[in-house]
Amino acid sequence: MNDILFNVGYGHFLVLAAVLFLIGVGGVMVRRNALIILMSVELMLNAANMTLITFARMWGDLSGHTFALIVIAVAAAEASVGLAIVVAVFRGRRNVDVDRLTTLRH
Amino acid sequence: MDQLPGKFAGLPLLAWIPLLPFIGALINLTIGRRLSRQTVHTIAIASVAAACGLALFLVFSKQGLFREINGVPIWKAGGFTQTVYSWIEVGSLKIDLSFTLDTLSAVMIIIVTFVGTLIHIYSTGYMAHDPRYAAFFGYLNLFMGSMLTLVLGSNLPVMFIGWEGVGLCSFLLIGFWYEREDYATAGRKAFVVNRIGDFCFLLGMFLLFWAAKSLDFKTLANTSQVGASYVQPFWGSERLAAAAGIFLFIGACGKSAQLPLFVWLPDAMAGPTPVSALIHAATMVTAGVYMVCRLSFLYAASTTALIVVATVGLLTALAAAFMAFAQTDLKKVLAYSTVSQLGFMFVAAGTGNWTAAIFHLGTHAFFKACLFLGAGSVMHGMEHGGSTTPGDIMTMGGLRKHMPITRITFLVSCLAIAGIFPFAGFFSKDEILGGAFTVTPPGWPLWYGKILWGGLLIAALGTAFYMWRLYFLVFGGDERTDAARKAHESPASMTAPLVVLAALATVAGFIGVPHFSGAWAHKLPSATHALSTWLAPSVSSNWYNPGGESAAITNHAGDSKIFALMAIALAIGVLGIGLAWMFYGKGPSKTLDTIYAEDAPMRPIYEASKAKLWVDEIYDVVFVRPFKWLARGLFEIADRFVIDTIAVNGSAFVIGLLGRVSRWVQNGQVQRYLAGLVVGAALVFLISDFRRHPTFEYEYDDAGMVTLTADPGAGIMTTTSKIAWDLDNDGQPDPDPANPDELRDDPVLKLRAGDIPSSTVTLFIEDPISRKRLAVTRTLERGSPRAETPDQEAK
Repeated sequence: MNDILFNVGYGHFLVLAAVLFLIGVGGVMVRRNALIILMSVELMLNAANMTLITFARMWGDLSGHTFALIVIAVAAAEASVGLAIVVAVFRGRRNVDVDRLTTLRH
Repeated sequence: MDQLPGKFAGLPLLAWIPLLPFIGALINLTIGRRLSRQTVHTIAIASVAAACGLALFLVFSKQGLFREINGVPIWKAGGFTQTVYSWIEVGSLKIDLSFTLDTLSAVMIIIVTFVGTLIHIYSTGYMAHDPRYAAFFGYLNLFMGSMLTLVLGSNLPVMFIGWEGVGLCSFLLIGFWYEREDYATAGRKAFVVNRIGDFCFLLGMFLLFWAAKSLDFKTLANTSQVGASYVQPFWGSERLAAAAGIFLFIGACGKSAQLPLFVWLPDAMAGPTPVSALIHAATMVTAGVYMVCRLSFLYAASTTALIVVATVGLLTALAAAFMAFAQTDLKKVLAYSTVSQLGFMFVAAGTGNWTAAIFHLGTHAFFKACLFLGAGSVMHGMEHGGSTTPGDIMTMGGLRKHMPITRITFLVSCLAIAGIFPFAGFFSKDEILGGAFTVTPPGWPLWYGKILWGGLLIAALGTAFYMWRLYFLVFGGDERTDAARKAHESPASMTAPLVVLAALATVAGFIGVPHFSGAWAHKLPSATHALSTWLAPSVSSNWYNPGGESAAITNHAGDSKIFALMAIALAIGVLGIGLAWMFYGKGPSKTLDTIYAEDAPMRPIYEASKAKLWVDEIYDVVFVRPFKWLARGLFEIADRFVIDTIAVNGSAFVIGLLGRVSRWVQNGQVQRYLAGLVVGAALVFLISDFRRHPTFEYEYDDAGMVTLTADPGAGIMTTTSKIAWDLDNDGQPDPDPANPDELRDDPVLKLRAGDIPSSTVTLFIEDPISRKRLAVTRTLERGSPRAETPDQEAK
C-alpha cells in the first residue's frame, strides 16, 4: 500500500491523466452548459498534455514537451475563441444551453 | 487511284454522296422544328438533289468513272475506291471506312438519288399539313444517307452500317404516325423481322471472314486468291460458299421481304405513302437483291446457294401474287406486288442473271415508285372528296374523270408492270424469264430452269391480273361513292414526279434489249445493251468451279427462241389484262358474285387469298405466342420477382432500415456522438490484443545450443518493460554473469544446453508503469518446444 502511495512512478501520472481525461469526457457528455463543456474540453487537453509529458520523460525525449507546449498554445487560442462565441451567444439568447442551440441543425 | 476524283473539305468526293443527306438529316432532326416548312423541305431536297448531282458527275464525267487510265476508262477496270479513314484494325482484320464506285453501285446510286429526289419533292405536297414535317424530312434524309452508305460501302461492315441504318429509318417511318397503335405495331414488326434477317447476315459475314480472312469486296471477288476457301467442304460435301451465301441470303430475305420473312412489308404500308414508294418499293427493299449481285462471285461458286435463292424467289413471287388477288386496300395490293416483283429479281439473281436482276430492280423502282405515288395521289384526292377510308378500292371507281394526270401515269406503270411492249417492265421481266429458261449453272438440273420459267409465267399472269384489277377498280367504270365523285387532282408538286417516273417507266427498258445474234444484232444500236455491257465489269461472269468446267455465265439464246419467249410473255401479260377487264372492267362484275359465292368451288381460294394464306396467323401460333409466353414468364420471374422484389425493393428496404437506425444515431446531438466515440474507443481496447500474455520461446538446435527468446506480449508498455531470467529455478532472477551487480536482462539468450542448471526456466517481466512483475515458468523439453504454459502472477 505504501508502495503505491509514496513510491510515485510513471503509472501514477498516467492514471491521473486518464482520470482527468475521463472527467473531461464525462463533462462534455453530460453537461448542457456551453461554458462547462469548454472547461471540460480544456480538462481533456490537459490530460493529454500530462500523458505527453509523462512519456517524454519515460523515453527521455524532449519532443513530447514541445508537443505539450504547442497544445497549451492551441488550447489557449481555442478557449479564447470558444469563450467569445459563448459570450456572443449568451448576449443574443440569454442562455448557453447547447441542446437549445439548434438554429444551424438543418 | 485513291485521289482520283479529288477531295472536298478534306473528304473524298465519293464520301460526300452519303454525307450530304446525312447533313440534311442532322439539320432537320435537330433544329428543324424551329425552321419554317419552306426551309425544312428546301434543305431536305437540296441535300438529296446535290447528292444526285454529285452522283451523276462522278458516274458520267471524265473526273469519275469515265476517266481513262492507259486508254481504258476506269469503269471497265472495276471502278475506284476512296477511303475516309481506317475504321477497325485488329490483327489481320483491317476494315476501312471506304466507298467504292463501280458500275453496279453507280446504277444503284443513280436510281436511289434520282427517285429519292422526286419523292422528296412529292412529299412537300403529300405531307404539307403534317405537324411533324421536319422530322419526316429528317428521317427521309437519314434514309437516303444510309441507303447510299449501303450501296457505296466497299466492304461488308460498311454495307452493314447502311443496312442497319435503312432498317432503322424504315422502322421510324412506318411508325411515323405512332399515335395509331396498329401503325406503331407495324413498325415494330418490321424491325423485329428485319433483325432476324440481320442476325443471319452477320453469321454469313463472320463465315466469310473466317474463310477468306477479309471482308473487302475487292479482295473477296478475287477468286484466284480466295476462291479456294469458297469451295472448301463445309457441311458434308457442301461448299462453304453455300453456307455463307444462304446465311447472307436470309439477311436479304428480311430486308427484301422474301419468304418466309416477307410479312412485315404489307404491314409497312402504315407509313406515309411517299415512304412506301421510296423505301418499301423502290430502294430499300432492293438492298437484298443488290447485296446478292454485289457478292455474285460468292453465289457463282455454289449451285446450292443459287437454287435456294431462285426457289425462294419463285415461291415468293407466286405466293405474293396470289395474296394480292383479293386485297381491297390500294397500298396492300401494291405491297404484295412489290414482294412478288422482288421474287422475280431473286429468281434472276439465283440463275446467275445479275444484269437482269439489276435491270428489273431499276425499272421496278421507276414504275413501282410511280404506282405508289399515284396511289398516294388517289388517296389524297379521295380524302379531299370526304372519304374516311381513302385506301379502300371498293369505294373508288371512275377516277379517270377527276384525276387525269394520275390516271395516265398509273396506266403507264400498270402497262409496265404487266410486261406490255414497249414499256420498261416488258424488257426487264423478259430478261428474267429468258434467263431462267436458258441458264445452266454447273450441277444445275436442266429441267429446273424450265420450272422456274413456268412458275414465273404464272406469277406474271397473276401480276397482270391483279394490277389491272386494281386499275379498273380505281379508275375504270363509274364512281361507286360520293367521295369518288368529289375527288380532284393533286397539286403539281405531286403530279410532276409522277410524270417523270412514268416517262422513265416507258423508256427505261431500252437499255436492256436482249442480245440478238442474227440479223437483228446489227440493226440495233449498241446503246440497247448498255446495261449488260455496263454491269459486266462489276459482276461475276463465270461459274466458279475449280477442277470442273468453269463455264461462262450466259443466257444468250437464238433469235427465234428469244422472239418466242417474248411472244409468250407478252401473251401472258395481255391475257392477264384481259381477264381483269372481264371481271373488273366496269367495276366488279356480277359473275364475281357467283364465283365467290358462299358454296362455290372458288370460294376457299378466294378466302385463302383474302386471308393472305394465313401466314400471319401461323406465325402468331408458332412463333409469336410461345415467344410471348416465354417473355411473360421471364417478366414474372426475372423482372417482377428477382429484379423488382428482391433487387430493387429489397435493397431499398435494407437501405431504409439502415437509414432508420442511423437516423437515430445521427441526430445532431454532439454529446451523443461523443458517447459513441468513447464507447467505440473502449471497445477497441477491449477487443484489441493488448492483454496478450507475455511468454518466451525456446529452441534446441543441432549444435546442442538452446535459444531462449523473451516475448513481452503486446501493449504500449512492452518496449519499456524490464526482463530477467531465472535459470536455476531458485525463484529469484539470476544476476548477469558478466556483471554480477545487475540482472540477466538479455531478451534473447543463447546457451549451451548443458549450461542451464535446471530444466525449469522462469522469465520475469516488470512493467515500468504499474511496476507489476509477471513470471512465466516453463519446463524445457527437447523435441516439443511449443508446450503452452499459462503465466502466473508473482508479486
